[in-house]
Amino acid sequence: MSEVQFLNVHKDFSGVEVLKGINFTVQAGQVACLIGPSGSGKSTLLRCVNHLETTSSGTILVGGRMIGYEVHGDRLIEAHQKDINKRRSRIGMVFQSFNLFGHMTALENVMMGPVKLLKVPKAQAEAEARELLAKVGLAERTGHYPAQLSGGQQQRVAIARALSMKPDLMLFDEPTSALDPELVGEVLDVMKALARDGMTMIVVTHEMGFAREVADVVAFMDGGVIVEAGDPREIISNPRHERTQAFLSKVL
Amino acid sequence: MTVTGQTAVAESRPDFVELASRPVLKRKRPGQLIAMVVVGLFALMGAYIVVTNPGFGWPTVAKYLFDMRILNGLLTTIELTVIAMILGFVIGLVVAVMRMSENGLLRGVAGAYIWFFRGTPLLVQMLFWGFAAVLFPTIGIGIPGGPMLVEWNTNDVLPLFVAGILGLGLNEGAYMAEIVRAGLMGVPAGQSEASHAMGFSRMETLRHVVIPQAMKIILPPVGNETISMLKTTSLVIVIGVGDLLYNAQQIYARNLEQIPLLIVASLWYILLTTLLSLVQARIEKQYSRGNMLQVRKA
Repeated sequence: MSEVQFLNVHKDFSGVEVLKGINFTVQAGQVACLIGPSGSGKSTLLRCVNHLETTSSGTILVGGRMIGYEVHGDRLIEAHQKDINKRRSRIGMVFQSFNLFGHMTALENVMMGPVKLLKVPKAQAEAEARELLAKVGLAERTGHYPAQLSGGQQQRVAIARALSMKPDLMLFDEPTSALDPELVGEVLDVMKALARDGMTMIVVTHEMGFAREVADVVAFMDGGVIVEAGDPREIISNPRHERTQAFLSKVL
Repeated sequence: MTVTGQTAVAESRPDFVELASRPVLKRKRPGQLIAMVVVGLFALMGAYIVVTNPGFGWPTVAKYLFDMRILNGLLTTIELTVIAMILGFVIGLVVAVMRMSENGLLRGVAGAYIWFFRGTPLLVQMLFWGFAAVLFPTIGIGIPGGPMLVEWNTNDVLPLFVAGILGLGLNEGAYMAEIVRAGLMGVPAGQSEASHAMGFSRMETLRHVVIPQAMKIILPPVGNETISMLKTTSLVIVIGVGDLLYNAQQIYARNLEQIPLLIVASLWYILLTTLLSLVQARIEKQYSRGNMLQVRKA
């Protein structure tokens, strides 16, 4: 498992600063939840962890090693695409809109990474994929295409697909926001099980119940900064900062 | 007072009760009948002319329909169509990917390619290829401005058939590039993003994730292009490639039976385009199925 350190991370989109110096650490094996209003920068921060977004300055260390950048003299320079791809392959990511590959069955989605990237023999990859799909409760749905699955089922396949690469870290970008309310629970249950297994997880979420129950640390973001961070019971039940109080009073 | 259903009708409009119990009539549409009569008359007129005018020369049509020269030309037409479409598709794929590249230079080259080949008439391009030997009497590999290392006579390595293929294929590539690009852009960005997040490179993502899903969008217009290409191949007659139309022309140059031989060629063209349409419908059905309805045994 990998520790994640954000060191003075800045990011601007053509002049507009969306991350204004993020300093934050997620210990290996911990679950961190990023909460906050939309536009606060939490998804952008998450996407910087696997370099889907570039940063303007500062750096992110995963397992003690910089990601996306390397030292070049006294500056940072973007790393080789090959190195970035390699680091990404050990970081699982789950998206709000699932993003399962539409032309592949659930099983093929989960097998694809190991077969094509890790060169695992097909039979072995298939056995492992079936096991993962069983673990997320979809042993009966291996032959279904994404379009034939409910949102909750698709998201569970997406989690299985991310796990198939045996990641050291899992990133969740609002994994339940696109789901019908009655399907949220089945996805959160899978995530809870993952947390119990000791997976390092960073979760951008609006599910305060999940954050309170599962997270080891919660960070409240607003306007590109972490307003406050700490024990979830403290932050969610007794927010000290005015902006946190205002936000939580609306979502709870 | 609250009234419901039948009672409501009966109380408010008693005259409706009986009417409501009978089925609705269908209104006659006299326009349809008139159209039928007009179209029928025109069809009869057309048929009468085609049968009675000896200029159509139906016995001559029958005589030449399976003539060896016609059949050879037909084969050449089919070869031109298949090879030019393959060449066009490969070029289209490469140019489309270049056009969507992050590299501005590659984007520019792709744009220029499309600009040039769409901007000049195919007939002119075809003539250019036919006269390539005038422009470059020899082609070879050498140092620019210096000596040639290997050299060939252009007319030897560029027979007319190949010139025809190049003319058709390079032009087709420009149109195909736009079709492929539309297909690639039709695949949601989240698909590439998920693939990149797993650690797949840009090329792997294109190959395993984007192109397979873009095919569904690309295939129908490619079918159209193929049908169009089958007929467009007839332009090779301007550089003297012996295709269906050229061979028909050769025959009527001697026996002066122009109309019957043009009918022979047309019959073959229309037969082939009909077959292609059937194949196209078949393939499209196949592609739309996989994703939605079937559960794959796994």
